[in-house]
Amino acid sequence: MQRAYPEKPEQVYFFGTCLIDLFYPEAGMAGIQLLEREGVKVVYPQQQSCCGQPAYNSGYDNEARKVAAAQIACLGEELPIVVPSASCADMFRHHYTDLFADTPLHKQALELAARTYELTEFLVHVCKIRLEDNGPAATVAIHNSCSAQRGTKTAQDAISLLRQMSNVAIVQQERASECCGFGGTFAVKAPDISNAMVQDKCDNLLATGANDLVSGDCGCLMNISGALEKRKDKLPAQHIASFIWERTQ
Amino acid sequence: MSRFEPATVNLEFDKRVDDALRDQELRANFRGAMDFLMGKRAAMFPDKEDLEALRSQGEAIRNRCLSQLPELLEQFEQRCTENGIQVHWAETSQEANAIILEIMHKHDATRMVKGKSMASEEIGLNHFLADHGVECLETDMGEYIVQLADETPSHIIMPAIHKNKQQIARLFNQKIDGMEYSEDVDRLIGIGRDVLRQKFFEAEVGLSGVNFAVAETGTLCLVENEGNGRMTTTIPPVHIALCGIEKVVESLQDIPPLLRLLTRSATGQAITTYFNMISGPRKPDEKDGPQEVHVVLLDNGRSRIYADKQLQETLRCIRCGACMNHCPVYTRIGGHAYGTTYPGPIGQVVSPQIWGLHTAGAITKACSLNGACGEACPVKIPLADLIRRLRYESNNDEPTTVPAPRGQGSLRKRSEAVTWKLWALLSRKPGLYKLALLLATRLRALTPKHIGPWTLYRSAPKPAARSLHELAAQRSQSNASSQEHGRNE
Repeated sequence: MQRAYPEKPEQVYFFGTCLIDLFYPEAGMAGIQLLEREGVKVVYPQQQSCCGQPAYNSGYDNEARKVAAAQIACLGEELPIVVPSASCADMFRHHYTDLFADTPLHKQALELAARTYELTEFLVHVCKIRLEDNGPAATVAIHNSCSAQRGTKTAQDAISLLRQMSNVAIVQQERASECCGFGGTFAVKAPDISNAMVQDKCDNLLATGANDLVSGDCGCLMNISGALEKRKDKLPAQHIASFIWERTQ
Repeated sequence: MSRFEPATVNLEFDKRVDDALRDQELRANFRGAMDFLMGKRAAMFPDKEDLEALRSQGEAIRNRCLSQLPELLEQFEQRCTENGIQVHWAETSQEANAIILEIMHKHDATRMVKGKSMASEEIGLNHFLADHGVECLETDMGEYIVQLADETPSHIIMPAIHKNKQQIARLFNQKIDGMEYSEDVDRLIGIGRDVLRQKFFEAEVGLSGVNFAVAETGTLCLVENEGNGRMTTTIPPVHIALCGIEKVVESLQDIPPLLRLLTRSATGQAITTYFNMISGPRKPDEKDGPQEVHVVLLDNGRSRIYADKQLQETLRCIRCGACMNHCPVYTRIGGHAYGTTYPGPIGQVVSPQIWGLHTAGAITKACSLNGACGEACPVKIPLADLIRRLRYESNNDEPTTVPAPRGQGSLRKRSEAVTWKLWALLSRKPGLYKLALLLATRLRALTPKHIGPWTLYRSAPKPAARSLHELAAQRSQSNASSQEHGRNE
């Protein structure tokens, strides 16, 4: 069942995610600029850090809970929260409520979950964005994260944004829905299995002949482009927000 | 690997994974087989909405039956007894083995044929009986191949899926007297059948698993494709069914939706060749069937799983194996790498709960939490959530759940725990977090080229020159000043 979407609000919170914060800030800025161009004022709380997912997925619930509580505190006003990562958005939407079950913060966690949106989802369904492509012709492979496919279920929104781009041809990779092998700490706790997965993902992506790779999740991007770089293959990779922002100015 | 040794699971897990990843033939076999099975399942569920409706129905049936499990088990026992089936209760694998051996002894039996039963693998029945002078012969073709090779099943539905035609041809050539080398699949199966057929007539006891145990009627349901299950349960004078206590369903009406889900999810079949419903021993006017039917109800940790509200979801499993077929990790390392009777996602959930986290908890790390398993599961077991929960239980040294899975906290590493504590401190103190960002961005030129296991296969990510925190603060400042500017004009 599709989620009910509100009218476009005047103001939103932007939750940047820790990976974007440190490694891909241009993706975060592109997200902020896209929202502002749609007439939505963006509040970026300076107290934010990480959604807590790395610890949560590793089975360190107590540590994850403390960090999660700090995010709830700095996203306290009743504004929609836009997250440029399906994985962190999924953490807000589905796992905070488990993490805070039977605690005083449970109600706030439920409320936070209800007003969290993944960036492409928000642009498509709330802003009803229309994009004008000013970029050169490009052949693009898209990698949807497992969280976008199965958590927030927003994989289709990234695709529909790319479809609005008149000079972009989307190419299908084989086994498109298969995990790239990142999985947060999985990549370091089971490095050999993770490597087997990312090598196949790289092969499938290169076989498409694409000249760009886009994804809505920087975890996957870091994994795939890191592996491509190590094997000295060239396939420029970008967060979908950067890709769209650059082509639509 | 010739035998499942619980004690070695955690200890040798990394080595098993390593060996599996290096074995290119094995990897090709699994990739091909899993792609084939995923395709077959997808073809069986062309309509997404129908599939979701059926999955919800399956989930609801299993939940309803589990919610009244104690009562249904009592009813099942009563109906079985009325039907002339002898019911035994086994709390542990040792008890189950002893009960089965006692039945064998009562009949002076030394030969057993078996229809596929993962529960008998779980309790180590073959080796136990061999140690007591009983010969067990697996009669499912895949199980037979695995037994010939002195291995254990690598998949719960397709035990020999890790082997290709050539490997099986070599195996038959080596192990079966007078068998020439042949890659003709029909010929290979024909030979296997000839060998097995004789054994069906000689065995005094046939042992099978149970797919569904119906409380309303005391019926044992058995799903199979080869007819060996039917022969195992009808030809020998004694039939023993080994049944996990979670397999009970309320009524016959519960079976059709579950059966539809089971066969379609498992092998992409609309229906299997055989569906056996066993409701008692041979009656005086009947021409075939065993003279005695026994059912051994196996707990072996299941009531412990049952006691935890979240972990109880584990018990919905109808053993279709779809989670394995869809797991990108299983596809690459295969079933033996897990070192447990039950491999793949459901194995990562079941095994540490049966054998304890201290014994089998390490296999939970072989999961990227991608969720493909839960998406394929016909009864919607949230496998990724359960795997994550067991990771928590492995690390958590303050007992909070009653009753906790055995071995709680046994995999906690001090260095790891300290790292997460520091991470938590950094991530909830905005001042510290921003200081760390500042240091990482300003000192980005000093980013190490090697960062633990990450850079074994990937280049090191380099921090940006300015963090998003900084860029966003600058932007809001300049927005504010331009607004200010606008007002002044």
